[in-house]
Amino acid sequence: MTRRDWRKLGPGAAKFATLATFVVLLAFPFYWMLIATFKQNIDLYTVENNPFKFNLPPTLDHLKLLFFETRYVRWLGNTALVGVIVVIITLLLAVPAAYSLARLTGRWGQRMGIAIFLTYLIPPTLLFIPLSRVVAVLGLQDTIWSVVLVYPSFTVPFSIWLLMGFFKSIPKELEDAAMVDGLTRFGAFVKLVIPISTSGILTVVIFTFTLVTQEFVYALTFISPESQQMVGVGIPIFLVRGDVYFWGSLMAACLITSVPIALLYNTFLDRFIAGFTVGAVK
Amino acid sequence: MAVENRRLGFDVFPRSGFYIVLLIGGPLVLAVMYAFSDARIGNPGFHYVGLENFRSILQSPSFRAALRNSVVFTVVAQIIVIVCSTMLSIALEKPFQGRKFTRFLILLPWVAPISLGAIGWKWILDSIYSVITWVLIWLHVYKPYGAPMWLGEPKLAMASVILVHCWRLIPFSTVIMLAGLTAIPKDIPEAAAIDGAGFWRILFRINIPMMAPIISVAVLFGTIFTFTDMTVVYILTAGGPFDSTQTLPSLAFATGIQGSDLAAGAAMSLFLIPVLVLIAYFMLRAAHRAEVT
Amino acid sequence: MAVVETRNLTKVFKQGDLGAVNNVNIETREGEFLVLLGPSGSGKTTLLRMIAGLETPTTGEIRIGGEVVNERSPRERGIAMVFQSYALYPHLSVYENIAFPLKAQKIPKNQHKQKVEWAAGLLGIQSLLQRKPRQLSGGERQRVALARAIVREPRVFLLDEPLSNLDAKLRASAREELEQFHDRIKTTTIYVTHDQVEAMALGDRIVVLHKGEVRQIGTPEEVYDQPADTFVATFLGSPPMNLLEFPDIIVGFRPESLVPEGVVPGAAQVKLRFRVNYVEYLGAEHVLYGSLEGGNFESKEIVARLSWTMPTGYKAGGVYDFAIAQIDLRFFDRKTEKRTQPRPFTWQ
Repeated sequence: MTRRDWRKLGPGAAKFATLATFVVLLAFPFYWMLIATFKQNIDLYTVENNPFKFNLPPTLDHLKLLFFETRYVRWLGNTALVGVIVVIITLLLAVPAAYSLARLTGRWGQRMGIAIFLTYLIPPTLLFIPLSRVVAVLGLQDTIWSVVLVYPSFTVPFSIWLLMGFFKSIPKELEDAAMVDGLTRFGAFVKLVIPISTSGILTVVIFTFTLVTQEFVYALTFISPESQQMVGVGIPIFLVRGDVYFWGSLMAACLITSVPIALLYNTFLDRFIAGFTVGAVK
Repeated sequence: MAVENRRLGFDVFPRSGFYIVLLIGGPLVLAVMYAFSDARIGNPGFHYVGLENFRSILQSPSFRAALRNSVVFTVVAQIIVIVCSTMLSIALEKPFQGRKFTRFLILLPWVAPISLGAIGWKWILDSIYSVITWVLIWLHVYKPYGAPMWLGEPKLAMASVILVHCWRLIPFSTVIMLAGLTAIPKDIPEAAAIDGAGFWRILFRINIPMMAPIISVAVLFGTIFTFTDMTVVYILTAGGPFDSTQTLPSLAFATGIQGSDLAAGAAMSLFLIPVLVLIAYFMLRAAHRAEVT
Repeated sequence: MAVVETRNLTKVFKQGDLGAVNNVNIETREGEFLVLLGPSGSGKTTLLRMIAGLETPTTGEIRIGGEVVNERSPRERGIAMVFQSYALYPHLSVYENIAFPLKAQKIPKNQHKQKVEWAAGLLGIQSLLQRKPRQLSGGERQRVALARAIVREPRVFLLDEPLSNLDAKLRASAREELEQFHDRIKTTTIYVTHDQVEAMALGDRIVVLHKGEVRQIGTPEEVYDQPADTFVATFLGSPPMNLLEFPDIIVGFRPESLVPEGVVPGAAQVKLRFRVNYVEYLGAEHVLYGSLEGGNFESKEIVARLSWTMPTGYKAGGVYDFAIAQIDLRFFDRKTEKRTQPRPFTWQ
């Protein structure tokens, strides 16, 4: 091989090595969850056994425990319900707001956009203490309605931000043409803009839903009873009896909950990136 | 049309603006008020106590440890994340077989709910059953039962918390960097190659400087995610051992909710604000500069 | 000794497809301005990029200064390239842009200032050295790109359609600057363009490319006056050469050769009746669109170009006596479309 061929080999091999290393390091915990889900307890808790393979035949015991003897299914239901309601609230609030901000020309539009963005920088770990009192005063403590109330406070700004980008990319001329043809601005909005933006709205739906499922602090703070809890808090807190961790079922729960969210997220990733990088540096 | 635009904005926008102000601005003000009071969960009235809360938390060694840890964890994690995600984004730049699937695998840490990823790591770092321990014993680095307790010894626990934060953030940063990398026009690295630059010079003098705005976006967001996070610490170590992994948010939670001392908890969480303001400033500056170019 | 030479150079992108570049043999002369001319998809840019080292040939050889350079990376070939977009480094100042190749080639730092100022002086951009590319106009950016290319004193310049991003007005003056620049430094230059006017104005010789193959290499006069085949004949010249197809031969004549009878006195000529359908008045000339009256070509559009010195007054609908000098006729074989010797034929 010539000198050039050797040199061509170098970067390729280095890239492959880098990729392989990172993929292993990043995805390994999930592979681990997968194995632990099906490993018999004796296998799992014997220190000498090779952890990477099945030393004893796999079992469905952990899954059975998870689905039939814990409140896991209930938590999934709670989270799904909260997710759907929060998505609806978010869409109702964010879509019109994003549209009006996108069409609002001049400095005010920009300023509002920046203000929205800044609210996103105020984290739950700053607001959770006072919000816990608000929730208590409103009598929503220990119910799922506490989080239904509070989650839009971060899903809405985020969604407005994403949607603004989408609406801005629709040329104003389309709506102007529709209004010349006889629609009102509101009519143009409903009949023209929304159908064109279905992909943007869908993106917002997906991301709002994933934000809800990933949330931890508020759910932990506002909800104590096991039956009302969200899945992200239920799994780490309630799958522990005293000091005993049911690792098999824990891993099963993590895996089953994470993978669908990951698949959903992955499909819409490119749109998310566009929104993120354009919105931040707009 | 401009008049109609303005009216439209001012009609529709306030509804959402109102909601946000209520749920964010309101609590923010409340947090400040609590910080200056002596509220407790059982006794939440407002009695003004001046700077008493601040004085006592500043004297508390737990708080000082938490403050230090928050900064150290965040800074160290960002450095590791930027280096790793730069490498990874370069490796992912050119299309190849199975790139979509690889990207899916790489993204898993970021898209999985934080608490679930943390629990997975808790099992991986378990003092007895850790798979890392098993591998190290198998490689004869340690004798059986002689491996360290990853979450039980202060320095290792800190490293573990930083590790999990990096694990979560690298996918996020990589994806953002990739966007920045693919935005560089193909001509420019080619021109640099013709001008005589080799791989490393092109990387450090051309590609990375041109990606600077994107890198700063990744750093700024990464900083927020690490600095304001309490989930990883809560699940992995609950702040232990001996407060060595306590951070501002996790201590605020432990004090304010678990310890029922709303006032002290609120006061602690207020210390997040200076850093957030700093980040907001840098973000706005980056956005402004991007508009000028 | 030829500076740049390609032998049987071929590039195939996908197995089984026709090559982007097919068996190209060209040889530059020292110091000449060689133009690679062709429509989009003709392979001219691919050819240039192979010479630069940005694409690897499938088969064939590239030689620079007599040495085979196929295996060498771009930086080792002693070439400089100006891209269509100029590819200026946006985060560096003009000075740093021009100094970049010096840094990359590890030329000692104390020589940088002098070389950069020499290159900047050649292009008249000394006052712009501290600016950033985004603050420059299109013409200024071209000059910076050229300065960056010349600062290393390369053996060959490669230019990839550098004028096509400029607006029409700017293009003419930028073209003139390029010509003067080449006169001053006299480095061998290979220039890619699809614009035949640019090619004729700038080139010492033109390589006409079509579908990856060389159709003709010659001076502007040669390719215009003595086209090697019908493609070259119709690609150069605007409006293009008129072509009439006979059973075994194609006869061509340029619009400026079709003139009113009597303008070309005496000399052997072919007389025709020209029906005018449409007249364009362009100031310095009239362009007449029409057809040949009587005979087989009444449905074929024929174009005539009359300079302002010739008789005017031709109107749409009229039929006039026109003629073509025999020596202005070009003959092409009907099957191969290549140039052949004049042959007797019957007009109608």
